[in-house]
Amino acid sequence: MSSDWRDYIGRIEELANRSGLAFHAVDFEAVPDSFMMEIAVYGLPVRMPHWSFGVRYIYQLIQRRMGHSRLFEVVFPGNPGHAYLAASNGLAENILVTAHVLGHADFSRNNLLFRRCQEQVSEHIVEHAANHARAIQQVIETQGAQRVETVLDAALALEQHIDIDQSLRRERYAEYLEEPKVLADDGFRKRFAALDPVAAGAVETKKRAPLPPHPERDLLWFVANYAPEMESWERDIFLAVREESFYFYPVFATQIMNEGWASYWHARLLREADFIPQQSYVDAIKCHSDVVRPIAADAQVALSVNPYHLGFSMWEKIVERDGLEAARHIMEQDDDFAFVRNHLTRELADELGLFRFSARSDGQIKVLEPELTSLHEALLATKYNFGAPVVAAQHVRTDGTLELVHDSASDGRGLDLERSRKVLDYLQRVWRRPIVLTTVNQAGSTLELTAP
Amino acid sequence: MDEEGGKGGGQPPLSAAKWYELFSRGARDWLRHDEKVREAVRANLPEIIAGGEVINDGARTVRVPVRMLEHYHFRLRRPEEQQGAGQGKAKPGDVFSDPAQSQGPGEKGAGGRDEGEVQLLLEFKVDDIVDWLWEEMKLPNLKARVGPSDETDWTREGWDRRGARSRLDRRRSFKELVKRRGAPGATQTFTDEDLRFRQLARRRQPAIHAVVFFMLDVSGSMSDRDRKLAKTFFFWVVQGLRRQYRSLETVFVAHTTEAWEFNEPEFFQVSGTGGTVASTGLLKVREIIDARYNPGRCNLYLFYASDGDNSVSDTAEARAALASVAADACFTGYVEVSSGLSRQLATETGKLFAELSGAGCAAGSYALNDFDDVWGAVRHFFSAETQTPAAAT
Repeated sequence: MSSDWRDYIGRIEELANRSGLAFHAVDFEAVPDSFMMEIAVYGLPVRMPHWSFGVRYIYQLIQRRMGHSRLFEVVFPGNPGHAYLAASNGLAENILVTAHVLGHADFSRNNLLFRRCQEQVSEHIVEHAANHARAIQQVIETQGAQRVETVLDAALALEQHIDIDQSLRRERYAEYLEEPKVLADDGFRKRFAALDPVAAGAVETKKRAPLPPHPERDLLWFVANYAPEMESWERDIFLAVREESFYFYPVFATQIMNEGWASYWHARLLREADFIPQQSYVDAIKCHSDVVRPIAADAQVALSVNPYHLGFSMWEKIVERDGLEAARHIMEQDDDFAFVRNHLTRELADELGLFRFSARSDGQIKVLEPELTSLHEALLATKYNFGAPVVAAQHVRTDGTLELVHDSASDGRGLDLERSRKVLDYLQRVWRRPIVLTTVNQAGSTLELTAP
Repeated sequence: MDEEGGKGGGQPPLSAAKWYELFSRGARDWLRHDEKVREAVRANLPEIIAGGEVINDGARTVRVPVRMLEHYHFRLRRPEEQQGAGQGKAKPGDVFSDPAQSQGPGEKGAGGRDEGEVQLLLEFKVDDIVDWLWEEMKLPNLKARVGPSDETDWTREGWDRRGARSRLDRRRSFKELVKRRGAPGATQTFTDEDLRFRQLARRRQPAIHAVVFFMLDVSGSMSDRDRKLAKTFFFWVVQGLRRQYRSLETVFVAHTTEAWEFNEPEFFQVSGTGGTVASTGLLKVREIIDARYNPGRCNLYLFYASDGDNSVSDTAEARAALASVAADACFTGYVEVSSGLSRQLATETGKLFAELSGAGCAAGSYALNDFDDVWGAVRHFFSAETQTPAAAT
């Protein structure tokens, strides 16, 4: 039975190639449900150990027990890509999933954001993450689990705080400010210098650059490079977490596009695959409609938007309106922000029944005016800055105190103080000097949190 | 990792079991989480014993509800109004309430965001908790007034070459023989050198012959919560005292306008209605002392828990009864339970005990307002030497 779907892989790949998809080879592997669940929890097949994954694991177990989430596949971009399929999938599901995986493989090879990140992280993230896990295991043996956990507490708490616009392998800041421009050597300067040689010469001294020279958003990188007393194995852990974050960013920032694209292609390939037995075809279509269903079967409204459904509907519209060539162009160049803002039109939003609401803390929900740009922003709100508040390293004082600043103006409100304090506690154990974080309180006035 | 060596080698079913089926990383990390929770619980014992749910008729375990730990990240403050996007048949201006989903949109991505939803029930052995508690606590500071405070007991300890015949350790002696025979030129039979005798050592042990009276006001003015507070306090005191004193007797008395003696399980279940007449309880204690115990031969302790609202007409009688009991007791302790109100012992009963300790008797008081105070109360009566007046003989 399970060997059956493998027979179709080649033919589906061929069909995909003919339809214009361009992807690296993909290794398919059927794995038990328990392993699927772990991949979902860790985000990668083999990843560093940390108790917070244990918490997610239990939530997953509970959700699965309640029948909420069922995972069909997880695919890792790369060359070759790795696709893990749940062993419990039926034949029809696996045919669908194979086509879906090829859609992802096409996306991750051609989307610019994916390509840029993969160029930096390499096309072998699965192996890299496993190496990190192994290296950390070795450190645990020499340093003890407790010390490693302390470092991972801090590093993983900051995992979203990277600067994707900078390179993965950055140079340290220049230590000195740039030399002032050599002034034109004209008659006036000569006479001026002759007046007071000391004043004229003083211009030449080098000035040490402030640290950091500009607010630094890549906290993982900054701490790894400038923490006053960090040990090298601790830096390695920070940089390992950072590398994995560089891998996760495009997955996070193109979710609507990526899942939509894969769903569009599994539907289309399925339609065109005349070699699939009739019954499997019908089952697969059923499965498709479950995946892209916007609202739970017994509900009138949903207070979240299924990215599969949204992306799928948008791609269908775009291909229908502008043709496949234009759609591929968009797929290559956009991320979710550009995609939603540029291509989710008024008509489509109405057609899909998308709405904007505000939820009060007492649970009352009010549907708001369906103003299009606000709707876009409501859809994208959880995605800004890797889903994290904008916190930057502002300054390191001479005594080593780290000043962090929360950009509350761009986030619109202050930080959750209790959680922020806890994060500072984590970080302080690695920074080993005081840390000060500036944010605003409920009333909007400036507030400083300190650790210790 | 994906290469599987020797696939063609016709391996038994083992080859089918992939590496990832052999262990679960999720379970490993979950166990670490579990360990952290237990550490946290241990570090916060006062809060556990504060949990009124602890007393579980004679059960030897305590279930402590704990939250899942959260790995903290920087987050924005939760706004009063959260905006989101939804889908379905809804018009602008529609209002509906959906507490189940009011958590906010789009949070299903990273699991474990909706904090506080899942509670774990961890089970601890009461014995373990008592161990942890009294480990930190030293001995309960009950000083004996009569009788030896230590009793010696003989225990086996070590071996010697000389000793009474009856204590000969044959196995040990034979081992010595075998060891000696290993040496060249040794004799093959037992010599006196080989014999080993078990030795005894004296062991000192606190052995106060003591009776502890627990007296509880169960009158109508004591709310359920008050009673629970008092009982929680008593529960931990009983557990701790039992641990330290083998020959400890406990007597449980409850009173309203009347007084009754109870056995331990009943005492922790009892509730009553009616007014507060403390003298009835104290007289009951007096009566029990007279009937069963000779104050000259054993050490008496009294712990009384009440909200302090003793009937004013009872003041004189209660004072007399208290004085009579206190005269024979090594220590009398008063715990004032008044949940919510913080009256700091300025009550009828509070004054009586204040007078008592003012008069030089061994007496102490503590105001117990909340479950968080239970630990403080236990500590107050039992930890520091200075807290309780040294037995005033």
